[in-house]
Amino acid sequence: MKFAVTITLKKDVLDPQGKVVGQTLKNIGIKNLNSIRQGKFFEVDLEESDQKKGEAKVKEMCEKLLANQIIEDFQIEKI
Amino acid sequence: MMKSSVIVFPGSNCDRDIAVALKKLQFKNSMIWHKETELPKSDLIVVPGGFSYGDYLRSGAIAAKSNILSEVISAGKKGSLILGICNGFQILIECGLLKGALLRNSGLKFISKDIRVKILSNKSKFFKKYKSGEILKLNIAHNEGNYFTSKKHLDELENNELIPIKYCDETGNINLKSNPNGSINNIAGIFNNKKNILGMMPHPERMSDKILSNEDGLGLFLSLMN
Repeated sequence: MKFAVTITLKKDVLDPQGKVVGQTLKNIGIKNLNSIRQGKFFEVDLEESDQKKGEAKVKEMCEKLLANQIIEDFQIEKI
Repeated sequence: MMKSSVIVFPGSNCDRDIAVALKKLQFKNSMIWHKETELPKSDLIVVPGGFSYGDYLRSGAIAAKSNILSEVISAGKKGSLILGICNGFQILIECGLLKGALLRNSGLKFISKDIRVKILSNKSKFFKKYKSGEILKLNIAHNEGNYFTSKKHLDELENNELIPIKYCDETGNINLKSNPNGSINNIAGIFNNKKNILGMMPHPERMSDKILSNEDGLGLFLSLMN
């Protein structure tokens, strides 16, 4: 079973990379852009057939290593 | 004789510099590979600078899960003196011994240059040989040194003299202009509540011999020698 994990900086944490990317998009003529936040993406392949158990395992991974919860939020999605 | 241990990870690159500084002051120093599961009895544990595990995932995140770090964590909780410099500071944060986070520099550039820091308080085992208000010239070399923490923790740090050094200019002004990396309140280093664990981005070991331009960092190691 595969899961997608998206990790983003919390709302009130400054994201200088996202800011520069956003500014560059504006510079090359992209219109109506409010803001861009940059994050990380992980594809996790688990030996697990129960979705709930799988999600719990991936959540544990996020809490223990993948995300730094002081500054980052994570989202888990089955794919 | 003071005993010290310097932890070495794949990618550490300031481990030998710190060993040279410690040996100069007659510390009996051991280099401890990260796979070790026991720490020798040490008066000081140093987590040195560098790029442990190539900064994969987040700077310090992988090193924080290594064998020897569980020993370092329990020593720290028992009150041992621990010094984390640069990547070592990042590792101490990732393993939870110090609070907060070190974000990417606000200017998005890796910064390698000499900066000034002001000693805000010398009331600790690490800074007692300095005077409060003294300005040191030290070197920084990092990409993620932008210290960030919650408002509540920041107040705790400020009110309890847990910020020994802040970035300043040559005359000691602590402001936006003298802040190299966007660090909140110009913080260059912090203590845990018990002040036995210090994390700092500047490298005192690089300024510990006249041949390396100055000895401003030497006071830190002298302070630790009882």
